[in-house]
Amino acid sequence: MADQQNTGGVTMPSKPPPWNDPVVRSIVFQIVALILLAWFFWTIFQNTLTNMETRGISTGFAFLNREAGFGILMSLIEYDESHTYGRTFVVGLLNTILVSVLGIIIATILGFVMGVARLSDNWIVARLASIYVETLRNIPLLLQLFFWYTAVLQALPGPRSSLKLSENIYLNNRGLNIPKPIFQDGFEFVWIALLVAIAGIFVLLRWATKRLDETGHTFPVFWTSVGLFIGLPLLVFLIMGLPLNFEVARATRFSLSGGANLIPEFIALLIGLSTYTAAFIAEIVRAGILAVSHGQTEAARSLGLRHGQTLQLIVIPQAMRVIIPPLTSQYLNLTKNSSLAAAIAYPDLVSVFAGTTLNQAGQALEIIGMVMAVYLSLSLGISFLMNLYNKKMALVER
Amino acid sequence: MTDSNWQPAPSLPPPAATVGWIGWVRANLISSFSNSVLTVVLGVAIIYYGWQILDWALFSADFAGVDQKDCESSGACWVFIRSRLDFFIYGFYPNAEIWRINVMFGLLAVLIIPHFFEGFKHKKLFGWLLITAFPVVSGILLLGGILGLEPVETDKWGGLALTLVLAFVGIVAALPLGILLALGRRSDMPIIRGICVCFIELWRGVPLISVLFMASVMLPLFLPEGVNFNKLLRALIGITMFQSAYMAEVVRGGLQAIPKGQYEAAAALGLGYWKSMRLIILPQALKLVIPGIVNTFIGLFKDTTLVLIIGLFEVLQTMNTSITDPAWSNVAVEGYVFAGAVFWVFCYAMSKYSQALERKLHTGHKR
Amino acid sequence: MSDASTTESNSNDLAIQMIDVNKWYGEFHVLKNIDLNVSRGERIVICGPSGSGKSTTIRCINRLEEHQRGQIIVDGTELTNDLKNIEIIRREVGMVFQHFNLFPHLTVLENLVLAPMRVRNIPRAEAEKTGMEYLERVKIPEQAQKFPGQLSGGQQQRVAIARSLCMNPRIMLFDEPTSALDPEMIKEVLDTMIELAETGMTMLCVTHEMGFAKTVADRVIFMDGGEIVEENEPNEFFDNPQHERTRLFLSQILAH
Repeated sequence: MADQQNTGGVTMPSKPPPWNDPVVRSIVFQIVALILLAWFFWTIFQNTLTNMETRGISTGFAFLNREAGFGILMSLIEYDESHTYGRTFVVGLLNTILVSVLGIIIATILGFVMGVARLSDNWIVARLASIYVETLRNIPLLLQLFFWYTAVLQALPGPRSSLKLSENIYLNNRGLNIPKPIFQDGFEFVWIALLVAIAGIFVLLRWATKRLDETGHTFPVFWTSVGLFIGLPLLVFLIMGLPLNFEVARATRFSLSGGANLIPEFIALLIGLSTYTAAFIAEIVRAGILAVSHGQTEAARSLGLRHGQTLQLIVIPQAMRVIIPPLTSQYLNLTKNSSLAAAIAYPDLVSVFAGTTLNQAGQALEIIGMVMAVYLSLSLGISFLMNLYNKKMALVER
Repeated sequence: MTDSNWQPAPSLPPPAATVGWIGWVRANLISSFSNSVLTVVLGVAIIYYGWQILDWALFSADFAGVDQKDCESSGACWVFIRSRLDFFIYGFYPNAEIWRINVMFGLLAVLIIPHFFEGFKHKKLFGWLLITAFPVVSGILLLGGILGLEPVETDKWGGLALTLVLAFVGIVAALPLGILLALGRRSDMPIIRGICVCFIELWRGVPLISVLFMASVMLPLFLPEGVNFNKLLRALIGITMFQSAYMAEVVRGGLQAIPKGQYEAAAALGLGYWKSMRLIILPQALKLVIPGIVNTFIGLFKDTTLVLIIGLFEVLQTMNTSITDPAWSNVAVEGYVFAGAVFWVFCYAMSKYSQALERKLHTGHKR
Repeated sequence: MSDASTTESNSNDLAIQMIDVNKWYGEFHVLKNIDLNVSRGERIVICGPSGSGKSTTIRCINRLEEHQRGQIIVDGTELTNDLKNIEIIRREVGMVFQHFNLFPHLTVLENLVLAPMRVRNIPRAEAEKTGMEYLERVKIPEQAQKFPGQLSGGQQQRVAIARSLCMNPRIMLFDEPTSALDPEMIKEVLDTMIELAETGMTMLCVTHEMGFAKTVADRVIFMDGGEIVEENEPNEFFDNPQHERTRLFLSQILAH
């Protein structure tokens, strides 16, 4: 009953007819899928070409060299209307990066504080942190942005009656006015001193570890590093004769002039993004710390390790393994969420390039394609790094 | 050594200073010096600011009235909310037809509320109705045009009704697509797997805004001459594509959690790929990831606010236009607090439900 | 009674003194009037049904649990909320846990040298030398560079014992050290514990391994319902249980 063939003395099971052969079926299926996909894209491609011709939209990236003709509220590099569309892309990108990086830093600090606070012995502290997390997580980010922008920042007084936060720092509805640093000759040495201090900290770390191994004595590395980081540049600064001036705002007839101004759109976006993401980070940190089994703490304390040592050597290293993957996910979310800037007119990449430039140049395909490519490469890049990190840090098991 | 007359000792109550509310206070509020200082400082701050907030929101607030003139006090102007409430909920829907939206809300409540009760027998049936019959019935109700109902164009839809439509259709459409993508990503066929991975990573890697822009601006270009989708449909397509990628990852997690033995048993019984998926694997996998699906829904519910950027009047936008309406001034805080509270109630309830489900499923799922 | 910093004269031979120790979890009275004295070099086995409070008792000794009434004096130092006393005591008392609790992110050797280096400030070279000596004593020196996840349960527990010993404790507490092990690995751990006992270490062991109790223990204590029901030297204890409860428990334990 078995279908057997003889192939040179060895009996092999016979091949089924092609329509039943799973290998053949799988290949056919995939080819059909590819053909369908190709046809789908081809149809879209054709339609697009026709439609663009009808509407007189050109293709290609030549538009990037055309003059933009519009101003941008905030730019980290030189920009005015006479610059190109290509430059608007760069300006928008830099603004996105600025608010994302700052947002990530603030959100991380705030998130870690809130996460640890939720685990506090003190009931009030724990409850307040919980309220923070549960409130901000369940309200849409866009609503929070509008709240900060409209209800808070626009409700501030005009420049003439600014709130004075401290000497030379003013808050009004045009933004936050801080003294603008003007670097003078000789300040380069301060930057160099800073770099030297950072290098010095690394050397210090190595030396202290070696000393711990050899003599068993610990060294207050943290405070020494802080001292070095601040002290050395400060020393050079004084030696060079204080080569730093500040331009501060002065009241004119109608407003304030001078100083560096951070526009309210930026502040609202930064506050909204940071506080929102911090709520999620808090939960991640809390889960990470709770994930370290209590037995670890018990074993460490039984061995005589003090509370701080237990945290530093046993709990936090293990917690970080659990924390870091979802943490990077949140960083990515924050970066993507920065695109909500379009709703409150902060000139980020989407708002400037996929907004104003798109409206004027009309080349939707190229523009949106470029924007999506930027975010996509960012996501994929960070995912890739994260996978590498995960592989490296995985607990070695059988 | 041992006393043969030994009797078990009685259980005594604990020392008074360690239990009851005294014990609780000692342990949680004043267990150390720094703790005590913290308690005092925070306690004072809470009482002080809490009182001010309560005063603004309740004691000095204006509840009664019709327009801005009735908001004279320094407290919250809830009159604003009351007078604009219809707009927040129904958008631009014609007044005469609002009963249809109310019927939809009613149906939703009937289908959802029983899930919160432990002993309810027909959860599964109601769940199915929720994702199959309910969207169809709601669509008919809202669109009209048949069964003697007045047609109402989609650009008149707005407010909370629109938010719910967006969120619901988004999830209902994204679920089957997500399941297919998850299955595809786990497929042995490299081309299929490749297509699915690309699709998923593409939509997960870009912000929703860019997807909405794409749907809004590029979709008309992709379609043949003459075919045009209205704004709502474009937004829905964008949202569905976007959500299906996230849904795919959630379902994939469920598929991975099913022990290999299940796949093997189904195969051993002679069930082909699709049959074993439909009858054995997917029912288990989906049940496992219901909390994940609810979480995705919560995210989508919050994300529906983004459609205001392409000109749809969901609930946040109705709030925005009301706030900037010249008939009202200085009501931004009240408006956003109210809108925030509405969202918070929905999302918090859903997240609590999802957590409760997760606990129940975890204990129920014995390996 | 005795104040915090005593000299040796008072309780020179007593490693552990527990006087009228009572503990509550909320309303639940979990330890009732525990009176227990352990002399230096003595080996004690505590047994009893689950929930009887035996683990809780020994966990009170190194302050992993707090007692609400009574006194505990370890090696002449009284156990109170005073952090300084607690740390002194924890240095002299070693503990081996049911679930090993090795630090998974450190190698075996790093597990052993961590506390000596950080608590007793011993230089790394010396700590590693001591660590390797103890690893050899527990018969797994070749595992020094491996991670705990790569070891079997029995090996992990032996590393855990070595880790505690590296701190040179004067008292060793064992909380059901073999309960989480597969049967074939129980022997290797018990052998290690027997060897340790032969060096004269003061040991307090919560366990169900009655063979071990017969071989090594100077005293067996039976606890039930949060109090000490019976204590005796092993032969008397097993052959001649005085109470109903003890007899019932023994019949369940020794059934196989």
